[in-house]
Amino acid sequence: MQLDFSFLSGEVIASYVSKGFWFSLQLTLVAMIGGIVLGTLLALMRLSGKRWLEVPAGAYVNTMRSIPLVMVILWFFLLIPLMIGRPMGAEVSALVTFTLFEAAYYSEIMRAGIQSVPRGQVHAGYAIGMTYRQTMQLVVLPQAFRNMIPVLLTQTIILFQDTSLVYAIGAYDMLKGFEIAGKNFNRPVETYIVAALVYFAICFSLSMLVKHLQKKIAIIR
Amino acid sequence: MADWDWQVFCRNTIDGEVMPRCFGDGGDITYLDWILSAWGWTASVSLLALAVAMLFGCLMGILRTTPSRGLVLLGDAWTELFRNIPVLVQVFLWYFVVPELVPALKQIPSFLLVVLGLGFFTSARVSEQVKAGIQSLPRGQRMAGQALGLTLAQTYRHVLLPMALRIVIPPLTSESMGIVKNSSVAFSVSVAELTMFARQAQEETSRGIEIYLAVTALYFITSILVYRVARLLEQRMRIPGTIGAGK
Repeated sequence: MQLDFSFLSGEVIASYVSKGFWFSLQLTLVAMIGGIVLGTLLALMRLSGKRWLEVPAGAYVNTMRSIPLVMVILWFFLLIPLMIGRPMGAEVSALVTFTLFEAAYYSEIMRAGIQSVPRGQVHAGYAIGMTYRQTMQLVVLPQAFRNMIPVLLTQTIILFQDTSLVYAIGAYDMLKGFEIAGKNFNRPVETYIVAALVYFAICFSLSMLVKHLQKKIAIIR
Repeated sequence: MADWDWQVFCRNTIDGEVMPRCFGDGGDITYLDWILSAWGWTASVSLLALAVAMLFGCLMGILRTTPSRGLVLLGDAWTELFRNIPVLVQVFLWYFVVPELVPALKQIPSFLLVVLGLGFFTSARVSEQVKAGIQSLPRGQRMAGQALGLTLAQTYRHVLLPMALRIVIPPLTSESMGIVKNSSVAFSVSVAELTMFARQAQEETSRGIEIYLAVTALYFITSILVYRVARLLEQRMRIPGTIGAGK
């Protein structure tokens, strides 16, 4: 068959794809920031040494990590309206789902990061009279976070790829934008190729950036 | 949550009548029959994709550690290509695009196209692990092989791989569990696996919570089974004399 990409003008991209692209980006950023904050809290709970905090946090993280993301998306899309008593749009539902889902993955990264900080740092904090909160906030977490920046960013690239799974509930993300353009111009083959190229270009350049950053951080340390 | 209705699984999928034995007869099927067959599809897709991923992942991982620049480049390109495109988009490429470009593939059932998509996606991740496993061996191992006069292929076959492939079993275990989870994207191209069942049965019966709970439980069970098998393999393959080997 003949491939014909000529219909993909700037106008078509602007009217179909860019709306979806901004949603994918928004979803990635919201889930990243929310996920890292929640994930750090979960990691602190799991390392707190108090059973009543450790057990629920561990159960949450392990449950989320053993269910396929598509099923989690479907679960939340079903449950949130039941809980709040009114229907909720696919986009908002996706934002909530991804934040809560990614928190589990980010929490494992933060946990590893916190555990990689030498114990002497905690003792030093206590020795100069800091409270637990101060030691964590001022001594441990900044180091854990910096050590884990490359891993956190790699997880974010995976998160960006996974945003395409909102397809399951029909939210309008970048992939959906391409798909609709492909249907309207009856050129699905070409649009899927372009969609793959765009995802590849974004993820590949981000992962190169992370590699570069990794080398830089390694030198400073 | 008081109004559970687990009888939904005994209902006939066509008229919604509750079947007395819970399994359908005479060509009719119940939701229980359907979910079990969906579980079978999930297992088949996952197992076949795992085979594809291991085959290509190991091959590419090995290529990336050879002294030949061309082969390293091939392995690197493969890995970057399949790692940086979302798995759902890759499945679409195999399902909608590849058969158009290669008409011979039009005869292939969609189930096998998903297997290829999922398998190649995961092969990129396997290749990373295998490469890391081979590189974690002391340099001396490779040199010793070469010094004994083994060819490169023999060095890999008799010296490097017997160690490296056992070292990477734990990370490959989590990749295998990941495949089971990722097989859920097959719903997008109408493979009758668990997620597809969940979506359709939820719509037909409006008993979403019971349906989703059952599907989620089956994913759990599948993951645990994969984990158990992998642990067994790991124990039998332990490298004597390492910390993991115990005695």
